[in-house]
Parts: sequence; C-alpha cells; structure tokens
Amino acid sequence: MAQSQDNTHEPVAGRAPLIVGGYDFRSLTEAVAVPVERKTPIGWWFFFLPSLAMLGLFGVSIGWLFWEGTGIWGLNNPVNWGFAIVNFVFWVGIGHAGTLISAILFLFRQKWRTSINRAAEAMTIFAVMCALVFPGIHVGRVWVAYWMFPLPNQMDMWPNFRSPLIWDVFAVSIYGTVSLMFWYVGLIPDLATIRDRAKTRIRKIAYGIFALGWRGSHRNWLHYERAYLMLAGLATPLVLSVHSVVSMDFATAQLPGWHTTIFPPYFVAGAIFSGFAMVMTLMLICRVLFRMEDIITMRHLENMAKIMLLTGCMVGYAYGIEMFIAWYSGNPYEQFAFANRALGPYAWAYWIMVSCNVITPQLFWFKKMRNHIGWLFISSILINIGMWFERFVIVTSSLHRDFLPANWDYYQATFWDFASLIGSFGLFFTMFCLFARFLPMVATAEVKTVLPEADPHQGEELVRVVPAGSGVEPSPQAAPAGGGGA
Amino acid sequence: MGLMTLDVPEAAAGYSHYGVLARFETAKALYRACEAVRDAGYSKWDALTPFPVHGLEKAMGLKPSKLPFLVLATGLSGAGLGFALQSWVHIKAYPLVISGKPLFTWPAFVPVTFELGVLGAALGAVLGMFAFNKLPTYHHPLFRSENFTRVTDDGLFIAIEAWDPKYDDRDTAEFLSGLGAVEVEHVPIDDPAEAGDGGGAA
Repeated sequence: MAQSQDNTHEPVAGRAPLIVGGYDFRSLTEAVAVPVERKTPIGWWFFFLPSLAMLGLFGVSIGWLFWEGTGIWGLNNPVNWGFAIVNFVFWVGIGHAGTLISAILFLFRQKWRTSINRAAEAMTIFAVMCALVFPGIHVGRVWVAYWMFPLPNQMDMWPNFRSPLIWDVFAVSIYGTVSLMFWYVGLIPDLATIRDRAKTRIRKIAYGIFALGWRGSHRNWLHYERAYLMLAGLATPLVLSVHSVVSMDFATAQLPGWHTTIFPPYFVAGAIFSGFAMVMTLMLICRVLFRMEDIITMRHLENMAKIMLLTGCMVGYAYGIEMFIAWYSGNPYEQFAFANRALGPYAWAYWIMVSCNVITPQLFWFKKMRNHIGWLFISSILINIGMWFERFVIVTSSLHRDFLPANWDYYQATFWDFASLIGSFGLFFTMFCLFARFLPMVATAEVKTVLPEADPHQGEELVRVVPAGSGVEPSPQAAPAGGGGA
Repeated sequence: MGLMTLDVPEAAAGYSHYGVLARFETAKALYRACEAVRDAGYSKWDALTPFPVHGLEKAMGLKPSKLPFLVLATGLSGAGLGFALQSWVHIKAYPLVISGKPLFTWPAFVPVTFELGVLGAALGAVLGMFAFNKLPTYHHPLFRSENFTRVTDDGLFIAIEAWDPKYDDRDTAEFLSGLGAVEVEHVPIDDPAEAGDGGGAA
C-alpha cells in the first residue's frame, strides 16, 4: 500500500481523513489482527533478543547490588542520589505521554489519538514498571523496602505522611494501577476480536479469558464508554499530580537548584515532551515493521511533532526562568548553583541538555521537518537523550557543590550505574516487543468509530441544508421519547 | 456456577430458542432499525456492534448509565479513608512532633488523600462497569451462532429475545427482514451438538 494520500493538509471544506488507504471495518480488523496471528517475523527477534540480553544485564546488576550494596554505584558524600533517581524520574516522565494521549486528548475529542493510544498506553505501563524498580532497589536495605507502605508491623511504626517521598510511593503506584486498568478496559473489545478470529483452541481460550465474554452489546457499550470517559477524567488530574509530586521530592529540599516553585509544571511539561519523543521513536519503528503506515499516518506524526515543539518551548522557557529567578532572587547560593550548572564541572551535561531539548525541536516550526521521517526519528532520539540529561543535571549538578566548599566532590558513574540504566531499557523494550507480538497494537474498535461509515447519520448533513418541504429529506419521523418501556 | 452462568433470565426456562439475530449492513441501517424496534414496543432486545455506534442509545431508547454515581461514591470513600488513615497515624498511632508542628497537619495529607480518591474512583469505574455489564460472562447463547463471530469484526446485529412479550418466532424474524436485515437467523439456547433437553416449544 503506497503512502500516496497526503492527509497533513486540511482541505478548506471538512477535514482530512485520519485513516488513509481506503480501509473498511473488515480490512482494518485484518490489518491489526494479522501481526498478532501470523508466524513471528524474523525482524521481531532482531529487536527482542538484544532487549532480552539487556534485561539480563539488569538482572545481573540488581543481583550484584543486593549482594554488595550501593557502594557499587558512583555515589559519594555530597552526591547521595545518582543514576537511580535520575532513571526513576526519567521513566516516570516517559510514561506521561501515554496518559496524555489516552486521557487528555480523549477529553479534548482529538480523534487522531485513536491510532496511537493503545501503544502509548502500553508504553506508559512499561515505563512505570521500569521507574518502580529504582525506588525499590536504591534504598540499600532492600529487605525493608516494605517500610514505604503503611503496613501494621511489630515495631508499631508508621510512615511519615508529611514527606513527599511517601507521596511519591502513593502517586506512582496508583498511577501505574490506574494506567493498567485504563489500558485493559480499552483492550477488552479487541481481545474479543482476536478470540473470535482464533483458529486454535489454545488461542481461543487464552484470549477468551481476558476478553471476559465481551459480545459488543450496546447495553454494555453504554456503561463501557461511560467508564472509559470517567477513567480519562480521573487519569488527567492524576498524571498532572504524579510528576508534580515527583518534583516535590526535590522542591521541598533546601538545596539551591532544587528549591524552586517552578518545578511541578516544569516537570510535567518535560515529562510530556520526553514521552512524546519516546512514542515517536516506537511508532516510527512499529508502523514500518507492522505495515501500518495507513493507520498511523503522516498526520499523526505531524501532530506529535507539533506537541513536541510546544512542550519543548515550555521546557526551554523553564530553563530560562530558572536562570532569571536565580539572579533575581539575590541569593548568592542560588546564583552560584545556576552559574555552576552552566559553567561548572557539569557544564557538558547542561549544554547537551539545552541543545537536545531546546534547539532540536525548533526545527519543527517547518512543515518540511515535521514530515521528514528521518529527522523525526533522529530528533526523537536526541530529545530522549536530552531529557535524561535534564534529570541528571538537576540531580547531580545541584548536589555536587552544596553550601560548604569542603564538601564538594565530583560524581562519576560506574559500570554498574550504566548497567542499570541500559538494563532498564532492556526491561522496557522486552515488554514492548512482547506487547507488539501478542496484543493488538492499535485500538481497532476505537479506530472503527473514526471511519466515515461508522457514523449512523453519514451524509445527512448535506440533506439537512435542503429547505423543508422540498421532498428530499429522509423524514426523521418525530421520534417518540422513552419508547423502550411500553 | 458464578462465572459460568448464562446471561439469560429465569424466564428462559421452557424456550427452545434464545431469539432472533439479524445482521445489518451499515451503521445507518442499524440505527434506523433500532428506532423501529424501539417504536414497535420490544423491550428484551439488544444491538450488538464491533464499536460503539454513537447515539445508538437514543435510537434504542436506553437511559444513561448510572455508573457516575457509583464512581462518585467510591471516589469519596477512597479519599475519606485515605484522609482518616493519615490523621489516625499522625494523631493516634504514631504521634511524632517534627519541628514543633501540630500533629494534625492536614495540608500535608492532601496529596495522598487525592491519590487514594482517584484510586477509589477508578476501581469503582472499572469494577462497576464489570458488574453492570455482568462481565465476565463466558457463555452466552449468541456465541452459538457461527455468524455472530463477525460482531467483533464488521457485523452490526440486532438480537430480539424469545421471552419478550411481543416476540413471535415468525413475525419477529419477518419484521427484522423488513427493516433491511441482510441475514436473519434463530439462535438456539442449548448447544445443538448436545441436542438434549431442549424444552418446550416457543
């Protein structure tokens, strides 16, 4: 199927189609279900096996950490928080784009989201899984990690609910739970599709169990859509709260460079920015690998590029305002922290961050660049790198030179720091490969609703313009209200 | 039993058929047909579609879902329990004075209260939706129909159940054909392969 039709231009009358390639309900089902049903393509192993190897490295690095302790990392006295926190914040942020696409764009009735929301939600769940590993393993004494939860215990001790660190435990774990439920509810009709197409008994049972006996009853759709709408409404404030709470881990500390009120919105914008970059990376690969260029179209990619431009500018604004407020505050510690950030020993990290996050997305002002697959891919990778460095800069450059020069030191990551970073990518990509192989990548039932023939009043708008009594309209017989009872 | 029960009312006893299943070609035809079935006074019937046809509940004369009330209740309970837990911990169970601050520091309890409220509401939305829709229901007479597998692909169906007071084996089927159904069939309640105690005639 050639990508001939350009749906990135809005015609003067009406809107450009969201899905191109002349799909109807049946061929759409086919396009989404076949990748789940056919023999595993060689290309899939090409992605899966390296991911699995990286996941193995994650296992080894966690095992060694448990055996030896946090001394295997490059932590030192002023820099007590290193890669573990950087990775945690990075992964939580990645997840946010998934929720933005699935919930916030749903509430704004942005119908183009239907092609990408399933994969983006899956990405959210896997990113939150990666994120949750780090607070669990970085505490040093992992066997008491359960102290993070308010569980009755023999010491009669309870967590301190006034601490942002405990807010974090609740925010991130509830975010993971709600995202999982949202994703699963969306999957039910599509699992039923795979169940009904299944040729073997094992498939029928495996998918059938999770499809819960869904049969597309409209009496069910009514509650289903209501539940979905409410989950979207709940996930929206939730996602904004999660990264705000994460930012408060820093903002409530006294440390110059952390102690700023801009952090919550700044973190949320950065999270959405990095998450969209990750969705872009994954979608660019998947649409080619699963031949879904007509479902995940140039219009989807262009819209994502526009959001990356917007959030990239917000992040750039935050970097600027941080500098300004440091100067304007008149506080010498604050001023030193920011001068040191841009010019000190970690200046290299700061400028990687600025060039990746602020300069890279500026090219998206040009339509040509928003429609250039190669550039989209490169910029999405650059933004991912830049956003990881943003967290690195915030954590280490603030910590390494605090109030007393006698305390200063330089944080140098060790092999095991890198192993856990690479390993977490292994976990993420392994999960994503399994998802792309065994579950429908696109929310088929939802995409069907944006096909023109799904509209029960298709073509009626044109008729309604005709003046009454001219005998052309299809006489919508005055519908008696409350008919069903009788 | 539990999960294995048929989603069929007690009234089904004594019926040989679940009812009539009709397939329509377009969403438009289905919408019109639903309006006609509603206006004909049927009450035990359903439209079955691969995607939510928007506005169909109007054509079917269905009332809006009551789920939001449940979600409000579970959300408020979650938030209330969360706030109570934190207050209890800091005032009663483990009173610890930090920086001379009072024990009941309610502003610090807001984030966890909010998160637990969201958790309660989300659980209410999902589990409530399952309960209202009687999910999981793994066995249903409609799954006996070979045709019905299209309901998750491109098939738009109306099913009228045999225990509807207005139901008649012949007339209802003809009524649906008249509305533009492309395929009309009678769906058995029992597995035809086991053809055992089918029960009386309809």
